[in-house]
Amino acid sequence: MEFESVIGLEVHAQLKTRTKIFCNCSTAFGAPPNTHTCPVCLGMPGVLPVLNKKVVEYAIRMAIATNCTIARESRFARKNYFYPDLPKGYQISQYELPIAEFGYIDIEQNGNKKRIGITRIHIEEDAGKLTHDPNRPVSMVDFNRTGVPLIEIVSEPDIRSPEEAGAYLRHLHSVVRYLDICDGNMEEGSFRCDANVSVMLKGSETFGTRAELKNLNSFKHVEKAIYFETERQKDIVLDGGEVIQETRLWDPAKSVTTSIRTKEDAHDYRYFPDPDLLPLVVDDDWVDRVKATLPELPDARMKRFVREFSLPPYDAGVLTSSREIADYFEDCLKVFPEPKQVSNWVMGSLLGLLNAEGKSIEDSPIPAHDLGALLKLMDEDVINGRMAKTVFEKMAQTGKTPKTIIKEDGLVQVTDASAIEAIVSEVLARSPKEIEDYKNGKTRVIGFFVGQVMKATKGKANPKIVNEILKDKLSC
Amino acid sequence: MKITKDEVIHVARLSRLHIDERATEKFAGQIGTILEYVDKLNQVDTEGVTPTSHAIFLTNAFREDEEKEHLERDMALANAPEKEDGSFVVPKII
Repeated sequence: MEFESVIGLEVHAQLKTRTKIFCNCSTAFGAPPNTHTCPVCLGMPGVLPVLNKKVVEYAIRMAIATNCTIARESRFARKNYFYPDLPKGYQISQYELPIAEFGYIDIEQNGNKKRIGITRIHIEEDAGKLTHDPNRPVSMVDFNRTGVPLIEIVSEPDIRSPEEAGAYLRHLHSVVRYLDICDGNMEEGSFRCDANVSVMLKGSETFGTRAELKNLNSFKHVEKAIYFETERQKDIVLDGGEVIQETRLWDPAKSVTTSIRTKEDAHDYRYFPDPDLLPLVVDDDWVDRVKATLPELPDARMKRFVREFSLPPYDAGVLTSSREIADYFEDCLKVFPEPKQVSNWVMGSLLGLLNAEGKSIEDSPIPAHDLGALLKLMDEDVINGRMAKTVFEKMAQTGKTPKTIIKEDGLVQVTDASAIEAIVSEVLARSPKEIEDYKNGKTRVIGFFVGQVMKATKGKANPKIVNEILKDKLSC
Repeated sequence: MKITKDEVIHVARLSRLHIDERATEKFAGQIGTILEYVDKLNQVDTEGVTPTSHAIFLTNAFREDEEKEHLERDMALANAPEKEDGSFVVPKII
């Protein structure tokens, strides 16, 4: 039997406002517990929440970027449940009338394009943070995060594989970062994802019963958890069993999902319109004003990179995968306007280095203009490619400019033909056997000669001149 | 009967209220009377009328994104039955 997975994702993105959604408390991460609170976010009786205008603006940005229809009028509702991280006993969210609906984004995988529908985007407040005591049956509650603004982006069940889920999520992540509305930090929880997963027989029209997966706090874990869950459900169906509707928690240490709540204990939220908050009206004028401030989005930037810089689509895709990488690339070009060469160095050496050190490009030890300067020096034959690699590594270690390193280490390329010629003669003089081989048609021993010359010059000889002199000498 | 005893028990559970057997029956009767009374509204013809969510005709009350003073932590924790290191302490629920 062949199966098909049906996946829908719910993404919560914390908005990068300075203050909370309904009060003037700071949203800064990492403050001592309960120092960013006030009567409103603590849920004291008699207080009145007032909506932060910036939250609406950010939600509109996301709605435009994901091709949604923005509701002229939307409403806030109370979602009622008891939990220690929720001081009011209800979360203010949007239910029947969310701010945006009916959107989509296009993802691409191995050259295949696919459109993933977005059911809705709504605005809501975050809950507090619970820390469970490892030794006693108690938990500590910190309300600093209570009332931090969130948007929830709900996808249609259009996703068919863990890889597609990963591609969709990465795309959304890059969009919120381009829009500058969310810092996208998955470890700190500012970009979180739940997945609804079911399986059905291939070609079937009816979806199977779904499980909701929680605690997916990295792209990798989202993919792994969905993979595990679809396999688990397939096994159940193959054994003649029935998948039950439940909430399951991903355990990254054991790579399994375990049930935490079945449908019978499902929450009964009793949503109703929040009488404290007025209906939210967003007119065309407001949408147009926000639209005018939107930056170039990843799709558009990628297309421009292909068109303007004649880059292969693969390069353009990698370089525009985050706003910061794309900015870095364009900053390099300002110093050294050779797109393909810059692309090779950014994608190869730089991203390789950052990956190895677990850093993001904002923390790159090499600023963009320094990398541009290095490539320019190579282009001007001040140093050769091999030396450039050495200088690059030193730049990463010391943070010094390429010029400084070249000067300090005496790394200037030897381009003096007579100096190179002397070394070539020396190398040839002690390699009669290799010369014999060369003359007998084994022309690839030229590599050996070049290697020897490079060794003698500590890698500083201009390889083009070395090759020319060698060929010249060997042909006579 | 507008509301069953089971429904009363369910609502009590959602509200974290403990009610005994006798009270369950009593409340079922009382809530039923209230619901019947509210049901009278169904006699009004609301064809073509937009559902009301607010009693006043205002929209869009906003606040600028500006930080103001926070509550002193001791004040925030003043009503906590139990506290420790600046946090509220609650029974563990997972």
